Formats: sequence, C-alpha cells, structure tokens
Amino acid sequence: MNKQILKKITSNQLFIPLMALILLAVINLINDPGFFKVTVGTNNAGNPVLSGYLITILDYGSELAILAIGMTLVTAASGGQDISVGATIAIAGSAMLRVLCGGNSRPETIKAPIIVAFLVACIVGMLCGAFNGMLVAIFKIQPMIATLILFTAGRSIAAWINNNELPIVPDPKFAYFGGFIPGIPIPTTVFIVIACIIVIAIVLKYTNLGLYTQAVGINENSSRLNGINPTFIKFLSFVILGLCVAVAALIKVSRLSTINYSVIAKDIEMDAILAVALGGNALSGGKFNMWASILGAYVIQFLTTTLYKFNVQSDALAAYKAVVVILLVIFSAPTVRDYMTKLTKQLPMFRKEAA
Amino acid sequence: MRQESVRTTAPRFLKEIEVMPVEEKQVLTMRGINKSFPGVKALQNVDFTLNKGEIHALMGENGAGKSTLIKVLTGVYSKDAGTICLDGKGEVQIHSPQDAQRLGISTVYQEITLCPNLTVAENMFIGRGEGRLVDWKSINADTEKLLKKLDIPAKATQQLANCSIAVQQMVAIARAVDMDCKVLILDEPTSSLDEQEVEKLFGLMRDLKAMGVGIIFVTHFLDQVYEVCDKITVLRDGQLVGEYEIKDLPRVQLVAKMLGKEMDDLSDIKGENAAYAGKDADEKVFEASGLQSNAGIKPFDFYIQKGEVNGFTGLLGSGRSECVRSIFGADRVIGGHVKVHGKEVKISKPLDAMKNGIAYLPEDRKVDGIIGDLSVRDNIILALQVLTGFFKPFSKAKANAFAEEYIKKLNIKTASADTPIKSLSGGNQQKVILARWLLMHPEYLILDEPTRGIDVGTKVDIQKLVLELASEGMSVTFISSETDEMLRTCSRLVVMRDRKVVGELSGKDLTQNKIMSTIAGGE
Amino acid sequence: MKKIKENTSIFNKMSDTNLLLTITIVIFFLMYIGAVLFQGGGFTKPQMFFNILNANAALIITACGMSIVMISGGIDISVGGVVALVSMCCAVYLDYHDGSIIGSILIALGIGLAYGLVQGFLVAYLDIQPFIVSLAGMFFARGMTTIVNTAPFNVEDTEFNALKLTRINVPGLGSVNKKGIYVPAYVEIGVIVALILVVLLFLVLRYTRLGRNLYAVGGNKQSALMLGINVKRTKFLSHLICSLLAGIGGYVYFLHVGSGAASHAMGMEMNAIASSIIGGTMLTGGVGNIIGTLFGVLSLSTIQNIVASAGLDQAWWTGITIAAMLCIFLLIQSIVMSQKKKALKI
Repeated sequence: MNKQILKKITSNQLFIPLMALILLAVINLINDPGFFKVTVGTNNAGNPVLSGYLITILDYGSELAILAIGMTLVTAASGGQDISVGATIAIAGSAMLRVLCGGNSRPETIKAPIIVAFLVACIVGMLCGAFNGMLVAIFKIQPMIATLILFTAGRSIAAWINNNELPIVPDPKFAYFGGFIPGIPIPTTVFIVIACIIVIAIVLKYTNLGLYTQAVGINENSSRLNGINPTFIKFLSFVILGLCVAVAALIKVSRLSTINYSVIAKDIEMDAILAVALGGNALSGGKFNMWASILGAYVIQFLTTTLYKFNVQSDALAAYKAVVVILLVIFSAPTVRDYMTKLTKQLPMFRKEAA
Repeated sequence: MRQESVRTTAPRFLKEIEVMPVEEKQVLTMRGINKSFPGVKALQNVDFTLNKGEIHALMGENGAGKSTLIKVLTGVYSKDAGTICLDGKGEVQIHSPQDAQRLGISTVYQEITLCPNLTVAENMFIGRGEGRLVDWKSINADTEKLLKKLDIPAKATQQLANCSIAVQQMVAIARAVDMDCKVLILDEPTSSLDEQEVEKLFGLMRDLKAMGVGIIFVTHFLDQVYEVCDKITVLRDGQLVGEYEIKDLPRVQLVAKMLGKEMDDLSDIKGENAAYAGKDADEKVFEASGLQSNAGIKPFDFYIQKGEVNGFTGLLGSGRSECVRSIFGADRVIGGHVKVHGKEVKISKPLDAMKNGIAYLPEDRKVDGIIGDLSVRDNIILALQVLTGFFKPFSKAKANAFAEEYIKKLNIKTASADTPIKSLSGGNQQKVILARWLLMHPEYLILDEPTRGIDVGTKVDIQKLVLELASEGMSVTFISSETDEMLRTCSRLVVMRDRKVVGELSGKDLTQNKIMSTIAGGE
Repeated sequence: MKKIKENTSIFNKMSDTNLLLTITIVIFFLMYIGAVLFQGGGFTKPQMFFNILNANAALIITACGMSIVMISGGIDISVGGVVALVSMCCAVYLDYHDGSIIGSILIALGIGLAYGLVQGFLVAYLDIQPFIVSLAGMFFARGMTTIVNTAPFNVEDTEFNALKLTRINVPGLGSVNKKGIYVPAYVEIGVIVALILVVLLFLVLRYTRLGRNLYAVGGNKQSALMLGINVKRTKFLSHLICSLLAGIGGYVYFLHVGSGAASHAMGMEMNAIASSIIGGTMLTGGVGNIIGTLFGVLSLSTIQNIVASAGLDQAWWTGITIAAMLCIFLLIQSIVMSQKKKALKI
C-alpha cells in the first residue's frame, strides 16, 4: 500500500522539479540559515520594498516563467523548441523603445503612452512568432532550425530598429514594471506572472487548447482526421509564445529603462527550454504539464541565485548550471530510473516489503 | 546442416542452393516460455516446435501472445523463463535482434523495417557481415541479380523511399531470404500486398521450404493459412492451445480453437438484423457526383441511402480508400459536387464532413486513428469535442460519463478510462476509435478496413454492430479486404479497378464469383 | 496483371542526398559568379577565395562533425563552446605553462575526446535527448573557459607564432598587386588540415560500414535496430567523431586567431548547423553529404563577403543576411521534399 502511494508520488510530473527545489532549499539552508529571511527595506526612491533571496528568485524568475508558458505549448504542439526567444525579446523590446522614444535616443518625455508601446511590442512579438509558426506549420521545417533564422538575425534586427542607438526611457513610471510600484513592497513582476498564470489557466480550462495541442503533438494525422487543424494549432502555439515574449520584453526593458541588443535576455532560450524539460515534459512533444514547466522555471532561477550566493562569477555560472542540468537529466532518464528501481529491489529492506 | 556464421556480403541464396532432404528434424524448439509485463502474463509456459522445411502458421486472437512469442524469439523482448534450442547449436541465448540474425533467425515484419533513405542494395546488406569497408560494385551487382531472380521490380541503386510499399516489403523479404537463415519469421507480411504479390510471396515461401528453411507464418487471413501452411500452432490468452496438422483442423475448428468456444457467428449474421424500415428508407443521405481528390482517383459518382450498408471493393491500391477519403475530405477534393440530404454542401476538410454527420474510421489505425499517449477517455471524446467547439470543453464528469458509456457498450477491455490508448491491444484500440465516432451519432459512418489486423472475435463484433446500426437507420460504408466479410454485411457493392469505379453490384449479383469477375473485368 | 509503378523522372531517381547536394553546389557557383560579375574587385582575385578558406577552416571542420551527427539524427550544439575552451586551454598552456606545440595539440584532442565520450555516452546509452546534453555541454564549455582564464589574451610563444604565420603557396595561382609585384595565393596550415579531413570523412561516409550505419540510424532508428545495426554504438560514435572534430577545429581556430578568449567562436554551432543545412544535410537525419557541407560553409562565407564588400558593413547586416540565406535554403529543402513526396504519390 505504502509502495503504491510512493509510486504515485514519484511518477507525478511535479515530483522532479519539486525535489530539485527542496534539494536546493536544503543546500542553501545548510550554507546560510538566513537564506529564507525576507526583510522590509526601502529602495532608492524611498518606497518600502521586500528584499531577500526568495524575493530575488521570484522577481528574476518572472521572465523565465512567462516564457515557459509559451515554450511548453510550442514544445507540445510541434515537438521542437523555439530557440529565438532571446532574440525576439530584443526585437520586441527595441520596438517598444522606438515607440516610447520616437527614434530619439535621449527624449525629454515619452512620445507615446506606455500601453501603446506595449501593444506594439505585443504585435511585433506575435509577428515574430507568426514568422516562426509559418515556417514550422506551413513549410514543415523543424522548429529548432526554423527558429535558428530569427536567432541569428534577431539581435541585428533589434539594433536596426533603433539605428543601433540605445534610447533611455525618461518616464520613471516605465520602471515600475520591472521594479516596484510605490507603496507596494512586492515586485511588480510577481503580479505580472500571476496575471499570466491566471490567463493561461482560464484558457486551458475554458477552451480545448490543451487537448488540441496534445493531440496534434502526439499524432498529427489523427488530429486532422478528427477535425482539428494541426497547421493552425502549431501556428497558434508560436503566436502565443510571441505574446509571452512581448510580456517578458516589457519586464526586461523596464528593469533597465534601456536596452543592450547583444546582452538582453542572452541565453534565456536555453533556460526556457530547460524549464520545460525540468518540468518532466517530453521535448519531443505530446503530453504536457504547464504547472510543472512554470515550477521548472523557478527551479532554474533558484539555481542561478544559489550559484551567485556561492560567489560564482556570472560568466562561469554556465559551467555549474550545466553540471546540475546534466545530473538532473541523468536521474530523470528512463533507463537510469529503471536501473535504480532494479537496484532498490535488490536491497534487503525493500525486498521484505515486496514479499 | 553445419553451423556457419553469416559473413557473406553477397547473396548466399544465389550461390549455394542445396536441395536438402526434408527430414523430420526440429530446427527450433521453444520450451516453457514465460513472459510477463506489468499486470499481464503475456506468455505462460508456451512450447513451440518448428521443423526443417515446414511452413508453420502461428494463430491466435490479438493479445493471444503471438507477437510476444515472436519478439522473444527475435530478441526484442527477453524471456522470463524457458529455453530456446536451435538445430545444431543447442540452447541459445538471444538478447538482441543482432543475436537472432547471427543465429540464422530472420524476420519480416508487418510494418516495413527498412531505411527509406538508403538504396535498395544498401538495405540488403546493412547490418550484416564483417569488415569495415564496403565494396559497392559487388553489392549492387549481387542485389541486382537477386532482385531479378525474385522478380522484384526495383533497381539496386534506387532509393528505397522511391519504391512502392509492396516493393519495399518484398525487398525486406529478399533480405531475409538472402541471409542464409534457418528460421524465417513472416509477421503479417501480406497485409500490404495485393493478390499477385501474395502469390509471388507464396512461391518464394515454397522454394525456401524445399531448401529446408523453417518458416513461421503469422497472418489474420485464414485463406492464406490453408493455402500455404503445413502446421498450425494456436495460442490463446498467452497459453498454448495446441499444435495441429493442417489437414486435421478444418477452418471452423481453427476459429473455435482461437476463440475458445464453438462458433457459428461466422455464418449468416445478416439475417439477424432486420433491414431499416423507416419511411425515409430510400432517402439519399449522401450523394456525390464527379468527386475527385488529389490522391489520383478518377472522378466517381456515389450515393448511399438511409439505413443502407454498402461497400467499396477492389484490389489493394484500386482506390477504395482514396474514394472514401475524398468523401470525408481527408484528401484535398479537387472537383465534383456533394449533396447531403439532397442539399448541396461543400466538404473540403474533415471538419466539414463531421458537421454534416459523416464519420470516418481510417484504414491505418496507428498512423491515422489513435492518439497514442492520450487516455482512452480523451480518444473517445475527441471527435465530438472538436465538433462541439474549441470554446466549449466538456466537464470532467461529462467526459467520464461518455467514456464509461462506450467502454461498457462496446466491451472495450481497458484497465480504466485513464489508460493511454497505446497500451491497449489492436482490437480494443479499434473499438475505441469506433466509440469515438459512434459518440458523434453520425448519420453516415465510413469504416475503412475496420477489421484489419484484429482478432476474429472483434471482427465478428464489429460486423454485427454495423448491421445493428444500419437497422437503426444509420448509413454505413464498409470496406474490407476479405470479400466474404463484405458479402456478409453489405447490400450493395461499388467495385473499383485501377483507381476507377467499374461497376456496382446488389441483390442476387452479390456473390463471390460475380465480384471477382467484375474486379478482373472483361467478363 | 498489375504493374508496380516506377517513377522515371530524374527528380525521383536521384537520392535525397544527391539532389540536395546538386542544388547546393549549383547555387554556390551561381552566387560566386554573380559576385565576380557584379562586385568584381576582390572576387576576381584567387586570394579572395583562399582567404575565405583561411578564415573558415575551423568552421569547415566543425561543420563536418555537425553533419555527421545530424546524418545520424542527432545534434550537437556544444561545438562552439568546445572550440573556445580548446583555444583558451591551449593558450594558457603555451604561455603560462611554457608548453610545447605537441602538448597543446594533445590538449585539444583530449578535450574533444572527453567531450565525445561523455556526450556520446549520455545520448546513446542513457537515451537523453542530444539537444539537452549538448546544451549543457555548451554551457559547461563556456563556463569552464572563463574559469580557466577570465581575460582574453594573445599567445606570445614564438614557436607557435611561427606555425601560425606559416603560409603554403598555391601553385599556379596568384595576382599582381599595386606595386606590380606578383603575390602568390596562399593558404594556412588549417586549410590543409580541413581539406584532408573533408576527404577522409567523405570516404568514411561512403565506403565504410560505419558510414552507411550512420545513414541507416538517421533514416529510421527502429528499422536500423531490426536490421541488426548496433544503434547505440553508432550514435555514440557519431557524437565521438563530432566532438573530436570540434577539438581539432578548435585547434585550427586557435592557430588562425592566435589567442584565447571566452568570447571566441560565439555562435559557431549555429554557423555549423546552418552550413550543414545549406549543404543539404537534413536535420531529420539520414540525408547529407560532407562535400555539401564544405560548399555550405563556402556559400555562407561568400555571402558574408558579398555583404561586406557591398558597403553594408554595419554589424547587423551579416546576421540578417545569414538568416535570410538559411531561410531560403530551408524553404528550398522543404519545397523540394514536398514536391518529391507529391510526385511519388500519384
């Protein structure tokens, strides 16, 4: 009986990301018992803000969590990943700045309302998504290769939009999105993520997006013969990811009030893909669990923060992350899991239970 | 025969054809084979004996353990218990397909297991022999010779993907033949071949038999068993029922053994259900004129009345499936007019057809039917869900109720509605797909080879169901490779030849002979 | 008697590999001729062509490795990272540890070998997706490069610099410069290494069992297994070869630039993938050719040169043109393949 419950827990998709989260928490707790302390301080503007490692993780994991939503859908529907998200964040962000600053790199005031700039970014993001989606869905090019195009060209296009200048947004309100709204001590990004999660939860509950996406990802032919339009579903998943990219771009650009084309959201595509994989979703498409992916995103951010805590240089961060990632995928690989189960069966204490 | 390792790259078959005396000697003995999967005992204490120069049919319903036994023999699965002995080698351990190949056990599977991106010659030699280098000239020449000998219309240097499916299947058989095998396993090799090709294959099998090769033949076609086999071993529920000489086991008894009960179901089932007798019985539910799709069929006219069961018949590749696919909008329709209940409609994609009350059970269950990783429940509700609309998902309770209803109704054997459909047996998968379309309550149901590759019991169930549905007023188009199946169910047959409709038979014309002569043409 | 239809058009007679290869070679020549006709200047000089080779010898080598992995149905995005790691390790070894040339070559091969063994094992025997494995591999290599040495620096070692500057004249080719002196066209050592490897790998793919097995595994893994091929070993070897080539490519790169830096070979994996695709290798596996890859690299760098000499020297144009070219080639592949499928159906 006990064994069955144990099996049920371990076979749950949330098991791996949760275990990783707990492991990271324990390591941090041993290293620094004050790791989870959250304090109230004031920021430069004199507003009360919460600070602490937990807050940092929640704050900086936001972009990743938002991207993970779209990436999960793209992965499920197309069986591939979009590696251009970092580059398209640069494009969407650049477009946003262009609208806000009107082509002037040091404007006195913003030239258009923030909401307009954001909507333009959304349209640009969705257009990029549509371009990728078109290549994948209509021309049947493999997602990773199709998105290689924007991956290669994206940052160049972003630079071209603003004539390679780095405009600075003069309105302090713009910085609220990636920082704090005066009077509210919780980072704004947390609210944005919650809003995104609520939206996607509503979409998954009140539409058939989930069923259609999984059906298309598992068997495109059957889906078509059951009246689903696989081309459209794949296309749609890329457009949704484009929208996620635009939201992430808003946060990214807002954090600095400016942009650096070659550095902004660098390597974020890799983190987003890892989030999906960590969530236990097959990268070859098909069934997916959205919440596991989002959790996976925070695990990755947790890991990044932990590494910073251990004084790892930001450039060397990648090496440590890689080791952790490899260990994680090794332990979640089916062959290794089978081997482990066999091994535990041979242990005397488990053998008794089995008999 | 002396033990000899397979080391040649040239077709050995050509080099040394020694006609061996057919001794009653066992080439393969499997004793006490056990294999279980989580929750299922797939094989329990099964024995199997194969003699030299014998064609031995392995029969059983789906889920009886045929495939498992063959996969154990070919090293795809490892057995839990039991012994496998080969002639001249004593007990052998087979851990991988390579092991099996090395020991002289060759297999041709139902699905083509060759590499489509390589040439015919490459497919012939790859994975065999020793040495690191490849001598293209001799390989191509040898392959060319073998292809000619076996009368296979392909070139050695042709890319396999550019050959038809039938040719690909024959290349697979040629490869197996060429491997100097002692045991040849043919796992439903005929399901994608037409009659001539089947005849050619049988000729080949008889040649090999004369050379002393033991052949294990798995098929669902009873005719073929009685045409070519010497012995039959019957399995049921993972257990051995018995081994019989072909002459000692009449057809009806074979079916009875496979099902485990005496069966008269295979006789006339048409009489059991009264024809639909509503007032609107002669209303044309569906009517097409000059319908043509991009799959290369000639334009055709077609209609079906309410409560009628009709069928498309013809040889494989005659365009039967293409016709019904164009009715359903599964292939791109490029011409013609379609009327549903006398009203002109446009069907350009499956959803249009579904909206007009047409349902289509596709020919290839694995490729076009099931959505493997999804649960039985999701597979059942899918079509109705799509029809209901993107923004109106069923509640969990409703979906469950639908699924449970049809699991019970069609007697689908599954652990639960949550089980992924891919873990069900073929027959049960087919029932799930059928349930999917029945849930939609279609007015017109198209069944394209619903009985292919599934066990006899389910076959009869499906045929009965078809007649039952028709008597309730549903129009059904039924396609099957087995003519007697169609004769039992259909009241009107559309006959096809070379992608063209060549005739229509009904009433007293519905006989085996008449069908054959119409297919053949010329009278 | 029903006849089995045979397709007779040339289009269908050609194997996928040959068809895509032909397209690539034709396009490369058209492009180069176009460049000569419309841009003239540098493109008429043989040295222009050899400079393309000199600058891209490392890319040729890594792209060949990439093609092999892609033919077997995998992918390896760690190659750029490995190149950077190799050049940094060799640079540190030569200057800080006063190492020898031979030693540095061994380091390069050792890194490649280690990468191949680990990644190959994870992909082939533990069945982990190659994209994830090599993604981690890339992260690891980039991170390790900064751990080995943070700041970029030029190698001072005299012996090495002599080797770096070694030029091999191409017999019979050259041009007269402004002063009227005949300057023979030259290539660097790396080019020779690259060309030898191209020929070697071409022969391996064509005439060895391993080569054919790679195609079979990439074409259909399940079938390959049933046909008796050791699929795991074949996959393992494909990754081993790729990483080993990345190691060699890393040394050739190092020999060309003469420095170690964490930012070296940024995005090289993407260029290698792009070159392979332009050269007719399909990411789906089973289709591809080393000669095609060579032409893929040449096409890619020619277009970069055209862009540069057309006066579009702003940095972003390079990225955009490569992307546009990749896009075009992908579309060609996609259209050709779907046409072929259609032709076969009817």
